[in-house]
Amino acid sequence: MSHGNMNLTLKIWRQNSGKEKGQLVTYPVKDISPDMSFLEMFDVLNEQLVSKNESPIVFDHDCREGICGMCSMVINGRAHGPKTGITTCQLHMRSFKDGDTITVEPWRAQAFPVIKDLTVDRTSFERIQAKGGFVSVNTGTAQDANCLPIPKDDADSSFNAAACIGCGACVATCKNASAMLFVAAKVSQFALLPQGKIEATARVKNMVAQMDLEGFGSCTNTGACEIECPKGISLENIARMNREYLVANCKD
Amino acid sequence: MSNTSPNFITSSIGKKFLMGFTGLFLISFLVIHVLINACIYFNDGGATFNMAASFMAHNIIIRIVEVGLFLGIILHVVQALIITLQNNKARPQKYAVQNLAVSSKWYSRSMGLLGTLLLMFLVVHLANFWVPTKIAVFKGEEHNTFESLKTVFSNPIVLAVYLLGLISLFYHLLHGFQSAFQTFGLNHKKYTPCIKSFGFWYSVIIVLLFASMPITLFMGLIK
Repeated sequence: MSHGNMNLTLKIWRQNSGKEKGQLVTYPVKDISPDMSFLEMFDVLNEQLVSKNESPIVFDHDCREGICGMCSMVINGRAHGPKTGITTCQLHMRSFKDGDTITVEPWRAQAFPVIKDLTVDRTSFERIQAKGGFVSVNTGTAQDANCLPIPKDDADSSFNAAACIGCGACVATCKNASAMLFVAAKVSQFALLPQGKIEATARVKNMVAQMDLEGFGSCTNTGACEIECPKGISLENIARMNREYLVANCKD
Repeated sequence: MSNTSPNFITSSIGKKFLMGFTGLFLISFLVIHVLINACIYFNDGGATFNMAASFMAHNIIIRIVEVGLFLGIILHVVQALIITLQNNKARPQKYAVQNLAVSSKWYSRSMGLLGTLLLMFLVVHLANFWVPTKIAVFKGEEHNTFESLKTVFSNPIVLAVYLLGLISLFYHLLHGFQSAFQTFGLNHKKYTPCIKSFGFWYSVIIVLLFASMPITLFMGLIK
């Protein structure tokens, strides 16, 4: 064991399918480099499991650079682990100490059913998006930027909302498994721009209706989602969506 | 995009609007309540207080507002129950380990518990004062509310129950006041800090004023 490497005890949620019951299974891992990412540590563990003819732990991952939002893991009771503003792939083993016990669970929500082990089905987000998270304008040659003046602050706020990667950490963290921060980000990024105004009324109504239909909880304004969001999406977006929703319902 | 959404009031956001609206209505009632109570500090053997209490018990406008107040409480409680049941269904499988303290305040997550404690307190409180006043009005007698204040608060257990009720109220208001504004969509970098600090000081002052009354009566400082 080279200097600074760690031995850890992992308690990982294993569940064969959504229909079967799952449980936490304990795995000791040895000689883990502090420079590994959390997912690389999982790769090492899976190598070991495969070599022992056991089934590897299924977990979502894709870009491994914090922009795809796939790596959904609740680590020691926090979405994406103990650090803020990052996804699981950006979490390094140096955030833990030698001898630590780490519990890893999937996102827990009615609307995010477990597919296998740590992988959950997040297509509920896609169905919400399909209800209005877009603008129906013809694309073509980009017009001159000065044709449509947009205040810098609005453009920045819209961009900040658009930074949402749809990872679902807000739902995983919320005590009510509410998707308000996600939906608010998707509504806000268009609500702030002139291009999004045309369909604003139907957008917010349809997206909120789909959110309710999917079985997400409601918002208690605890603010936990904002803290655990890897992209720093602000609660202001939820207020904006509530305003948009009220105004939309007053219109028709 | 065609519009396929259900009613505003049955949506999750609409329900929270109603919670916020009824909550702020009940919060505003506390100001009237505390002002009437404060009449005991004239320390005139309850003459001013009884006059104010009698006005509250007989005035026709107050009677109508009282119905609204009870409706407000019922709506707030029933709506809270519906929302809580739905929220519990949203996460059928709980986490084995959950570290919530880093991302939110305990009282913001405990509004249901605090509200239940408050409701229990409210039942005791109504039984102590509201019911006897109503019985007296029904019989056409003049109820000496000030005397009943002194009798009720001579019991240390009652005093403790009231103080616990007020602590629940403090934390319920601490989250509830500013939360209502966020629900209404009133979040602004300039005004939200004002709303939050107003909510904080409102909670502190109203609870301290209410707490001072049973304490001074118990200690016999008000004759």
